[in-house]
Amino acid sequence: MTLGSITPSPLSELRTFVENQSGQKVLQCYQCGKCSAGCPAAYVMDLGPRQIMRAIQLGLKEEALGSSTIWLCVFCQTCSARCPAEIDIARVMESLRWLAAAEKGKPAEKDIELFHRTFLNLIQRFGRIQELGLGVLYNLLGRHPFANMTLLPGMLTRGKLPVLPPRVKGVSQVRKLFAKVKAIEKGFL
Amino acid sequence: MRPHTYAYYPGCTLHSTAKEYDVSTRLVCEEMGIVLRELEDWTCCGASSVHPTSHLLGIVLPARELQAAEQLGLPLAAACALCFSRLKHTAYELTDKAKLGLVNELLGKEFHNATEVVHLLKVLYEARDAMPLRRLLKGLKVACYYGCLLVRPQDIVNFDDVEDPQIMDRLMEKLGAEGIEWDFKTACCGASLPLTRRDVVLKLSHRILSQARQLGADCVAVACPMCHSNLDAYQKEMEAKYQDKLELPVLYFTQLVGLALDFSPKQLLLDKHFTDPLPMLKDKGLA
Repeated sequence: MTLGSITPSPLSELRTFVENQSGQKVLQCYQCGKCSAGCPAAYVMDLGPRQIMRAIQLGLKEEALGSSTIWLCVFCQTCSARCPAEIDIARVMESLRWLAAAEKGKPAEKDIELFHRTFLNLIQRFGRIQELGLGVLYNLLGRHPFANMTLLPGMLTRGKLPVLPPRVKGVSQVRKLFAKVKAIEKGFL
Repeated sequence: MRPHTYAYYPGCTLHSTAKEYDVSTRLVCEEMGIVLRELEDWTCCGASSVHPTSHLLGIVLPARELQAAEQLGLPLAAACALCFSRLKHTAYELTDKAKLGLVNELLGKEFHNATEVVHLLKVLYEARDAMPLRRLLKGLKVACYYGCLLVRPQDIVNFDDVEDPQIMDRLMEKLGAEGIEWDFKTACCGASLPLTRRDVVLKLSHRILSQARQLGADCVAVACPMCHSNLDAYQKEMEAKYQDKLELPVLYFTQLVGLALDFSPKQLLLDKHFTDPLPMLKDKGLA
């Protein structure tokens, strides 16, 4: 048996996408595991960051895009700061999320996906984020209308949650930017 | 002292859950002769939701604000660490001429990516020798918590040491307080997960607070509204989950500077926190 059988295929569709989009050289990862050791959320991920890097090297697209890892990564960038091969691993995770967004597959952490989608919708609609609206909409769309209520009274009595939606003139430009980007990325992805 | 003028980008949270950060920032800057001109009609930078969804949208939203500051000919100061990070990342991405061209096309206005982005912690740190201190924060032990996005990635934000940053500690020393040596200065608090995976936030934030407490800190100082919310507002929940007494006030660094400039706790909105800092401050003779 030659080593060739375990050499990642240069035709790996996933790796090519990640390398092109993130600008990171995935094959330079030699699996030292420093990323997983320092990752604050690794303990709840099904695959650690090191395993994600390996999955990309091997072209295991379903495993990478179907992992909880890409959703639980909060972009703290500890992995990127410490990688001895100087790979910006957070950027690699980011590019997997771009691919996941484009492919609209079933996310392993559906609430996290919903939260970010709701966040984007509100920026598009109002130009700014109003946290009460974000919480309410996320709860309704996620069909857990009474989740996250513990802090609500305290936030309201401290006057920290404005009730009226923000009104900014710039929202018309923001809506146009959303539409233009959507048109560009449709052709691109 | 010569006044220095910045374009100011407060970001969404500073108008709501972090309004004490906005109020204390404005008070302190005014007192120090630093002029903050809030960008008119600013919109959201996309925070931690847009950049992992769409690369282009993730840079064009912050670019809109960079362009507004460029038109004013002013450096752009951010208070929120998320906004700071997105603005810095965008300025870095747009050193690529092709991306800058595309963003210019999208914005429909000429933009040269010439805006300098600064965080207010750096601004106040650099002005520390000219602060009109009226009340030294003697005997106050502060756990300076920098979090993730101020310091990482170093080559893009160029802020301070990536594992053991110092500037907030030096600023606290200038105020007469003492920064503690600890392990969690740049550890993640759980970031944007409180509504989706509260368990992660509770665990990560708890380990930060419990070490600060064990090492004798009187309070934690932060420079990010998301860190503040995770560490302060969810403290009761952490105590219940981990059967632990924390009761550790979490203050914005600008509120501590404000105290040293002799603003009252009320002016600095110190009553807006979930973990009330007033008993501790009274105990230290600082309120």
